Amino acid sequence: MSNPILQIQDVTMRFGGVTAIDQLSLDVQKGEIYGLIGPNGAGKTTIFNNITGNYIPTEGKIIFDGEEITGTKPNKVVDFGIARTFQNIRLFKSMTVLENVLIGYHNRMHYSYLEAIFRLPRYWSYEKKIRAKAMELLEEFGIIDLADNEATALSYGNQRKVEIARAVATDPKLLLLDEPAAGMNPSETEDLSNIIHKIKKDFDLTILLIEHDMKFVNNMCDLVTVLDYGENIFVGKPADAIKDDKVITAYLGEFKHA
Amino acid sequence: MDFTTFLQQMINGFSLGSMYALIAIGYTMVYGVLRLINFAHGDIMMVGAFLVYLAHAAGLGFPLAVLVGIIGAVLVGVLTDKIAYKPLRNAPKISLLITAIGISFFLENLFNVLFGGVPKAFPAPEYLTHVLRIGELYLPMTAIVIPIVTLIILAGVLWVLYRTKYGMAIRALAFDIPTVKLMGINADGIISLVFALGSALAAVGGIFYAISYPSIDPLMGIIVGLKAFAAAVLGGIGSVTGAVLGGFILGFTEILVVAGFPELGGYKDAFAFFFLILVLLFRPTGIMGEDLDRSRF
Amino acid sequence: MQKIVLNSLLLALAIYLIYWANRSLDNYTLSILNNIGIFAILALSYNLINGVAGQFSLEPNGFVAIGAYMGALFTIPTETKIDMFALVDPAPVVLQMHSGFLPAILIGGATAAIIAAMLSFPVFRVRGDYLAIVTLGFGFIIRIFAMNNPAYTNGAMGLNDIPGNADFIWIGLITIVTFIVMLNVITSRYGRAMKAVRDDEDAAIAMGVNTFAIKTTAFVTSAFFEGVGGALLASFLTTISPDQFTFLLTFQLLIIIVLGGLGSMSGALFATVLVMGGMEWLRFLDDDMNILGYHTGAHPGMRMVVFAILLVIMMLFARKGLFGDKEIGETVRKRFGKKRSLDQQRSGEAL
Repeated sequence: MSNPILQIQDVTMRFGGVTAIDQLSLDVQKGEIYGLIGPNGAGKTTIFNNITGNYIPTEGKIIFDGEEITGTKPNKVVDFGIARTFQNIRLFKSMTVLENVLIGYHNRMHYSYLEAIFRLPRYWSYEKKIRAKAMELLEEFGIIDLADNEATALSYGNQRKVEIARAVATDPKLLLLDEPAAGMNPSETEDLSNIIHKIKKDFDLTILLIEHDMKFVNNMCDLVTVLDYGENIFVGKPADAIKDDKVITAYLGEFKHA
Repeated sequence: MDFTTFLQQMINGFSLGSMYALIAIGYTMVYGVLRLINFAHGDIMMVGAFLVYLAHAAGLGFPLAVLVGIIGAVLVGVLTDKIAYKPLRNAPKISLLITAIGISFFLENLFNVLFGGVPKAFPAPEYLTHVLRIGELYLPMTAIVIPIVTLIILAGVLWVLYRTKYGMAIRALAFDIPTVKLMGINADGIISLVFALGSALAAVGGIFYAISYPSIDPLMGIIVGLKAFAAAVLGGIGSVTGAVLGGFILGFTEILVVAGFPELGGYKDAFAFFFLILVLLFRPTGIMGEDLDRSRF
Repeated sequence: MQKIVLNSLLLALAIYLIYWANRSLDNYTLSILNNIGIFAILALSYNLINGVAGQFSLEPNGFVAIGAYMGALFTIPTETKIDMFALVDPAPVVLQMHSGFLPAILIGGATAAIIAAMLSFPVFRVRGDYLAIVTLGFGFIIRIFAMNNPAYTNGAMGLNDIPGNADFIWIGLITIVTFIVMLNVITSRYGRAMKAVRDDEDAAIAMGVNTFAIKTTAFVTSAFFEGVGGALLASFLTTISPDQFTFLLTFQLLIIIVLGGLGSMSGALFATVLVMGGMEWLRFLDDDMNILGYHTGAHPGMRMVVFAILLVIMMLFARKGLFGDKEIGETVRKRFGKKRSLDQQRSGEAL
């Protein structure tokens, strides 16, 4: 049954004279893990930024869960149920792992500023409840022991997990992962792919990810779209993508062999 | 207001606008390249004026003293970057801003200690302070010299920016520093050039200011600097033509509004602030509208 | 639980010490303590917008002036106002302004807060570093405004005969209140969001944080307590004039919060004492000094040259100040290696 949670309809993104995205359309079904692949500079992160509202599409529409969200402000997009991670991990450097994740819960702690200052009951109940939830989340990711560590002191693989956990804390329906496996060795990559499968199941998520590692993509994704110069040149299963002529031409050896 | 008075005020406005324009260029160029509001820039203007005073007191003729002032200001500007700003290129922005304020405060108090807080008479030569009388119009020589020199300088700056490879490097740096470095351009050298150019212009602006309001004091840079920065924002921060435009708009506004509404005279120095707020409210990219933060990431 | 007990004991001790000091110490010492207390309140406030939220601002002298004038106008008796306003008659509303001391302080804070809220809109709505310039300009505008509206402010003559209600009890207690409020903000979701905005604003936005609201919250809170501090200052000095609230005040506060560690409230308290002490101790630099037989002559301003150099050196080599952005408790705990037990972690209890 077709149940698209995200619909990108004829989106074009132009910066001055450069067309970064050219009439891109794609649908992501609820519960899928969808991959966005293509050579460097093809426009993958740009389309993420269009979805999250950091760039307003020059043309086209973006529909999420039935509602049009084109051009919505980034912090409001989160309210709709879309969360993201970044290509170069962006954790809050002065804070611990737990504090980083607590930021994800910011909008779910419904106590006011004055309630915080005067330490009224709602402050205590939400802090206690949400902290416990945050710790559960860290346990789900297998990093509960690191809760009080400075975020920057962690290994690269663990930092990535914290970033994903922080995004999951916002209670999203759709998770956008920008090159989550970048810079990881094979065992970290495998660990990551297990975690992503796990949280997808446990939190009923749909996942849209950008990746270069074809083994990872093969492992994770139900469907992929291949972008080249901002255009959609292939939609289908990952295994079929690497056999497609157009895709091979576009990459010309950029593939990490599956 | 009759025509003569109006003309008189237009002339005054042009002079004042020129000074703001010259100083605003330095702010806008440094901001364009480093995204830094160089709080010390207004004080460079003061340093230039004081060095001219010092050189003259030491016996140099005015033109030579001006040269000393400009070179001295350039040295202070470039050294400030090398010693205080360069080490913080990759530090959080707030560290850089705090350092800039520190340098500003340092210069003000240093010159206060060296020269005392009492305003000094600036040794402007007679051929510049002379006032021509044309009918009912009082035409100070400065009203002719300042705008002409300013326009020549501006033409020069624009020529450097758009017709030389150094200027191209400056404009490229304003866009994207890492890429420029990858092209083999000596980014630090170009940045020093930006500071040198800006400081030289500020010094000239300071000298004009000192000739027009014939006294100098260590705190003269603060208010003028603040206003010049507001002018740069008004014109569009990062744009040299914008800085010039903003400078003239501010200069004319200050003179004409006070001429037309003398009761607002006490608020003259506040106009820049109100322009700033208006710009931020209605058109943050300023008149020339260059959006420096094209990419949000 | 033991944390609450410990904190309550410390609080009780602090309150007791304030009352004891007010009773027992001589006027000169109390005067110094009062000065330190007011600066502490101002430093703690300034630390919120600059240190915790990471938004570089130069607002204190403007908001302190507002709080001072409001506090003064609301506490000076009506007859005194009539005599005092020398340039023009006081405006009718000025003669109406009258309240007790506590309301006057709160009005000073509230006025500053309202103006801060108004400034927030143009400034925080746009990306860019305009807060510093706008607040710098704001400080000058306040002075211009005070000079040009003698019916409200008595112009350059300023306000005198301000009732000296502010004794060490007032100042000490308000310092404690300010400290507690700041800590409560920091350990709430608002404080965490402020730090997130400081560390990486784009990532904070991507997590749903309304960064405009957070920055405004920090700025308005800082302004409120700076206004309160201003009202206390007016009462402490019993006379104020437009020339008192110059950039020098902001600069001193900046040095204090940098030295203490941007973002550390306990650091700000320590640093207030150190810097105030240092300012006094270095006073000799302003006078004629005899260095190896050479007389330097009196140079007011030498002290500030040294402080300016110290600030720059700190930014270059010791950016984190004394405590970085952590409170003294956390620093001590790290040293002695106490970690939360797994039970504490599971239940989410904070250390």
